[in-house]
Amino acid sequence: MADQIRLRVDGHDVVVPAGETILAAAEAAGVSIPTLCHAPMLRPSGACRMCLVEVEGARGLLTACSTPASDGMVVRTRTDQVVEARRTVLELLLTEHPLDCLTCEKTGDCRLQDYAYEYGVTGRDVAGQSRKERAPGEAMLDDSNPFFIRDLEKCILCGRCVRMCHEVMGYGAVDFVSRGASTKVTTAFDVPLQESPCVFCGNCLTICPTGALHPKASRGKGRVFQYEKVRTICTYCGVGCSIDLHVREGRVIGASAAPGPANRGLVCVKGHFGHDWLHSPDRLTTPLIRGEDGTFRRAGWDEALDLVAARLEEIKGKGGPDAIGGLASAKCTNEENYLFQRMMRAAIGTNNVDHCARLCHASTVAGLAASFGSGAMTNSNWEFEHSEAIFIIGSNTTETHPVIGAVVERGRQAGATLIVADPRETEMARRADIHLQHIPGTDVALLNAMMHVIVTEELDDREFIAQRTEGYAEAAALVAKEYSPQRTEQITGVPADKIVAAARAFATAGRGAILYSMGITQHTTGVDNVRSIANLAMMTGNVGRYATGVNPLRGQSNVQGACDMACLPGNLPGYQLVADAAHRGKFEKAWGVELSTRPGLTLTEMVNAAADGKIRAMYIMGENPMVSDPDLNHVREALESLDFLVVQDIFLTETALLADVVLPAAAYAEKDGTFTNTERRVQLIRQAVRPPGESRADWRIISDLLGRLGHPLSYSSPAEIMDEIAGLTPIYGGISHERLASGEGLQWPCTDRNHPGTPFLHGERFSRGRGQFAAIHYRPAAEQTDGEYPVILTTGRILYHFHTGTMTRRAAGLHATVPEGFIEVNDQDAAEMGLADGLKVRVVSRRGSIVTAARVLRTLRRGVTFMPFHFAEGAANILTNAALDPIAKIPELKVCAVRLEPLAPPGPAIAVNAGHTHGGEGR
Amino acid sequence: MANRRIVLCAGTGCVSSGSLEVRDALVRELTKRNIADQFEVVTSGCHGFCEQGPLVIVHPEDILYCRVQAGDIPELVEEYLIGGRIVERLLYRDPVTGKSVSDHMKIGFYAKQMRNVLRNCGVIDPENIQEYVARQGYAGLRKGLAMDRMAVIDEVKRSGLRGRGGAGFPTGLKWEFTFKAKGDKKYIVCNADEGDPGAFMDRSVLEGDPHAVVEGMLVAGYAIGADEGYVYVRAEYPLAIKRLRVAIDQAVQYGYLGRNILGSGFSFTLKIKEGAGAFVCGEETALLASIMGERGMPRPRPPFPANAGLWGKPTCLNNVETFANIPLIMRQGGDEYAKIGTPRSKGTKVFALTGKINNTGLAEVPMGITMREIIFDIGGGIKDGKAFKAVQIGGPSGGCIPESLLDTPVDYDSLIKAGAMMGSGGLVVLDENTCMVDLARFFMDFVQSESCGKCPPCRVGTKLMLETLERICAGEGTLGDIDWLVELGTKVKAFSLCGLGQTAPNPVLTAIRYFREEYEAHVRDKTCPAGACTALVDFVVVPEKCKGCTRCIKVCPVSAITGKVKEVHHIDPAVCIRCGACLETCRFDAIIRGKAAKVGEVAS
Repeated sequence: MADQIRLRVDGHDVVVPAGETILAAAEAAGVSIPTLCHAPMLRPSGACRMCLVEVEGARGLLTACSTPASDGMVVRTRTDQVVEARRTVLELLLTEHPLDCLTCEKTGDCRLQDYAYEYGVTGRDVAGQSRKERAPGEAMLDDSNPFFIRDLEKCILCGRCVRMCHEVMGYGAVDFVSRGASTKVTTAFDVPLQESPCVFCGNCLTICPTGALHPKASRGKGRVFQYEKVRTICTYCGVGCSIDLHVREGRVIGASAAPGPANRGLVCVKGHFGHDWLHSPDRLTTPLIRGEDGTFRRAGWDEALDLVAARLEEIKGKGGPDAIGGLASAKCTNEENYLFQRMMRAAIGTNNVDHCARLCHASTVAGLAASFGSGAMTNSNWEFEHSEAIFIIGSNTTETHPVIGAVVERGRQAGATLIVADPRETEMARRADIHLQHIPGTDVALLNAMMHVIVTEELDDREFIAQRTEGYAEAAALVAKEYSPQRTEQITGVPADKIVAAARAFATAGRGAILYSMGITQHTTGVDNVRSIANLAMMTGNVGRYATGVNPLRGQSNVQGACDMACLPGNLPGYQLVADAAHRGKFEKAWGVELSTRPGLTLTEMVNAAADGKIRAMYIMGENPMVSDPDLNHVREALESLDFLVVQDIFLTETALLADVVLPAAAYAEKDGTFTNTERRVQLIRQAVRPPGESRADWRIISDLLGRLGHPLSYSSPAEIMDEIAGLTPIYGGISHERLASGEGLQWPCTDRNHPGTPFLHGERFSRGRGQFAAIHYRPAAEQTDGEYPVILTTGRILYHFHTGTMTRRAAGLHATVPEGFIEVNDQDAAEMGLADGLKVRVVSRRGSIVTAARVLRTLRRGVTFMPFHFAEGAANILTNAALDPIAKIPELKVCAVRLEPLAPPGPAIAVNAGHTHGGEGR
Repeated sequence: MANRRIVLCAGTGCVSSGSLEVRDALVRELTKRNIADQFEVVTSGCHGFCEQGPLVIVHPEDILYCRVQAGDIPELVEEYLIGGRIVERLLYRDPVTGKSVSDHMKIGFYAKQMRNVLRNCGVIDPENIQEYVARQGYAGLRKGLAMDRMAVIDEVKRSGLRGRGGAGFPTGLKWEFTFKAKGDKKYIVCNADEGDPGAFMDRSVLEGDPHAVVEGMLVAGYAIGADEGYVYVRAEYPLAIKRLRVAIDQAVQYGYLGRNILGSGFSFTLKIKEGAGAFVCGEETALLASIMGERGMPRPRPPFPANAGLWGKPTCLNNVETFANIPLIMRQGGDEYAKIGTPRSKGTKVFALTGKINNTGLAEVPMGITMREIIFDIGGGIKDGKAFKAVQIGGPSGGCIPESLLDTPVDYDSLIKAGAMMGSGGLVVLDENTCMVDLARFFMDFVQSESCGKCPPCRVGTKLMLETLERICAGEGTLGDIDWLVELGTKVKAFSLCGLGQTAPNPVLTAIRYFREEYEAHVRDKTCPAGACTALVDFVVVPEKCKGCTRCIKVCPVSAITGKVKEVHHIDPAVCIRCGACLETCRFDAIIRGKAAKVGEVAS
């Protein structure tokens, strides 16, 4: 075959695909060649010269890492000259490298050390040369950032970090500087990393072959041979990165990126350096019961659980099962969420179960179910590396899903056209070929205008539309008639020519992928937005193929799983329907109870029902609505009016403070189970350390409670729970812990034990049969600006924090980097209202007011402000509007009207440092 | 109508010695005398004879006046231009015979040259495209455009032209590779990042005949199917950049560049990329990285630029002089071109003669000429009557050639055999006062500080070699150091990534090969036979010659010299800082480099 080539490496014949390097061919032949600068994912550099090999007929030695193998090639990797080359390189490197392996953090995990050992190079044997010893004060060590230490004396200039930062992450924070013996890797103008574009993902550190880069927090706490690595999944966003927790003497001393299928060895600053809260003294260690005096007292498990069971039974007795509502957790495992909804449905008897997906992707679940038949990301994380056009709308990908941000960057560098629609100039927007900076809440108009161009210029995929979809004519007619780019410009504020360019670029690409997140979903038009995206994807034939699709990026480690497990009022596990008698019957049989057919309330509705006195008790597992939900004053009133509130969590959160009983739970690193990531991949999490004090895994707590609620169950492990799930849930039918432990995770649908999982959905047919177009009219956001509240506030996340900050604000490095909240304001707006960077400002909406610090930006749209919602003090959600999407009941967290009142007069004498603005928000 | 043409050299050398002031003075003078209309005053590119600048040539008689200053103009106009009497004192004077020579081409410096590539340099106004066209400019392009693309490549292959940047890769073959490489977009790149110390051939060609380079690139573009080209010029060549820019603008204006060139359907645009002065950017992959906005660092080949160059597209990269040869090949045909030179090295080569030589400047010679002819016939021999020691060819990548090999023919292969290389064409002539250790140290210092730092053999290896050479120059070397330099140098050559590292040890290795005893003198006897290594040399007074004039005492900055008027002076080696001021100031050659007598042996 022409695309296979045959060559001989050290006497072994080997056949490899054409285009492979000598290094890859040698590996295939079982011959190992040493490398220092080569690393997976990075382009060959040929710098270190360790992989020089002899090739018959070639002039001089060739680098195996960069030289393509060719047919008939004869390669020798162990000749005298080759070994001499390796020894020479090591000898030369060691004339400069400190020989302090005794105290080096990297000892045992250092390639230089390994090769020095293998080739017997001591670092003292360069003939006639005296080692240059650096004077003590001359150490080239930078420990000024909270995450990792750069010790340039140990740098061998292999360039891996440089290439990682440029070729993979796309930041280019470091590069080679100077020439000759003075060459070093550093930032532009040699400023500290924290003043550079560095985002501290530490992926450079992962691939550094020496001790030049190492984590700061674990310095002196143990080296690779002293700690155990426990492979698990990161607890933060929905990307589902594999990480190794480093465990020594019962404590997690650090973490490193692991080569999982979702992340391929990449990780972000949170996953890399944000786990120290596990051992925070603030962790809950015993159940707490609120006493007569209103304060908490410690209690034993039996007392606490008995009390919870008794009070729930009592309220159920008085008000019926629907007087009780439950919020499950997107940060708990599938097994725990499954048990939670079983408790609510089977033991309590209500469908009032929901979770924070209501606040993030309820619109996706509803919208995509209507358009395609199933509401999940259609394609897989790493497919975007091969997309030809990537359209990101309403997702600050590099900050909220950093590793997917890296995949998009890989795609961009490989030539994909990147189109970003975002009211803010995010890092991704800066990288984009086309940035559509629309006014918040005008997504439907923007998308319709793009479709107008596609329809009127006949760029639509007629064949796909005819064969796979229905309802096109009406949708096409609407956009063609009413949404010309020129007219839409008035609504969105995006110049018509940019809309035209974006539409053409997306429609004409062979493989176009759309990525979105909460910029799309958190609107009163959330479902409309999602359906418009679905329209665009179907119109251009970009569904059901590799590297295309409609890709909602899920925000939490197991928000997909919590939805899959039916912590949603209308569903049974696997999106089976409560309203469907056959589906219900299956679970009734399995659970041995009759299930309620009464529709359950959503999270937002439960809050309102509590305020209205219809819900009398709530059970909240691992959620913090007192920071995450809109209109917090209203949430507080609602929760305070309950007769009974149970909160099960790892910290005494703002919500737990309102509880009658607080149950201490185990964190992700303290239990086994599974998370389902944004690409529907079910992956194992593994227990690394014991839960602190008497805290217990959530699944154990619920099991214990179920018995007290008259629904006794006994599970010996989460694996057993998963077996039950698999038996009842077709899309999880083939999933078991045993299979997951031996493989790379399984992407649902995975219907039986032999099913390999499904990387992309809707390949042959849509889940609902034909894709359904919808003609969607643009509707303005619920709250419009006016004279009193003249500015739009939009909210979101930042790189260094996660959700309500419960974890990240207790992670020392993350918290130190961004210790407090802020509001981003356009510079001209700021000037007009007398506001300057760093000054305090009161932000007032119709629902409340908060005080925060201003960050003045040139890149923001005029009339638009942005706040992260992570910070309980000065919480953005005091201000936000709880108006709901009529179908998904998701609140409009992304648009509300506010007024800014500067608290201090600006003056030229006030020099203000905006603090750490890296990570995209302020840069 | 002007009937006489006065050409003033306006190359960088002559400009800096005042040629523009000379031109202004000349124009003023001619205007003042109301005879301006009889003369066409033109500034040209470099004539090559920089040593004698500013140069003024008067046509049609082709008389050359040297070292003309603005103050000479009234006399020159009065006596020669009006009076017809040759101004003897401004003529070139043969350093050997001492006779003045008026006929430009009879001067030894020019007589043995074969000015093909430089034919327009010093003759035409480089900022006037019409003068280029008048001398058959763009005729080669016109001819090429009428030919099949492969036929153009065959013509270049037949010419035997090899890359003039140093490595000598056959140009036609490179073109063929790029022609055959798959890709809808291809590039032509001209390497004008001339970085060798002492080399200025490319600069002079760009300054003196920029259209020749443009034309060469156009022919290459047509042949390989490229529609875009870059000239990568170092920013330190402002005049070359300016003239190239003018040339490009004029070529566009005249239809030689742009869309549908000369109605052929072939389109080509040409851009200038200014380099930031990194020596390593002369290496082709580093140069391409630099054009793409990356740090100029080399990468391993394959893939070669012919397959994956600029932005991953097939790219043909040649040096300035290579492209400047192309119009000639196209005009006269490859076979005719190949009549000059040796069997494996065809055509001519331009060399920059510098160092301890009488005729510093640019010389173009046929391949195969001997080094002796270049140095003694064209270069006029060694300055100040000193003895020839060696010639360093190829700059920091090349090596030295000792007197015993002076009859080596100058071609690619013979030079490699001698341990040197053609390089881009820098010739640094060394005399008896040049120390070969010190020279090697100088070049090693250069390559070490210009190493891009990417691969350990070059980055660290050259540093260790430099440190060793510094020790030897300081009298702290050991005999083992010499062998170790050879051992390490050989490894650095073998294991380095790019041409810079692979050739960096050449100056040291050839110096040890031909002048080992000089190295040994440094480490064994702690002396520097050439008297150049200050740590190993004392300045001593020769008592027999010293007249006791006290001039040296007055210039000594550290009061190391003592003595009374009309008595023999004495230099205290412990105080002396070896600045050499005394030696320069002594009128009686009474101070020499040597070894001071040990304490106790000093004659009072």
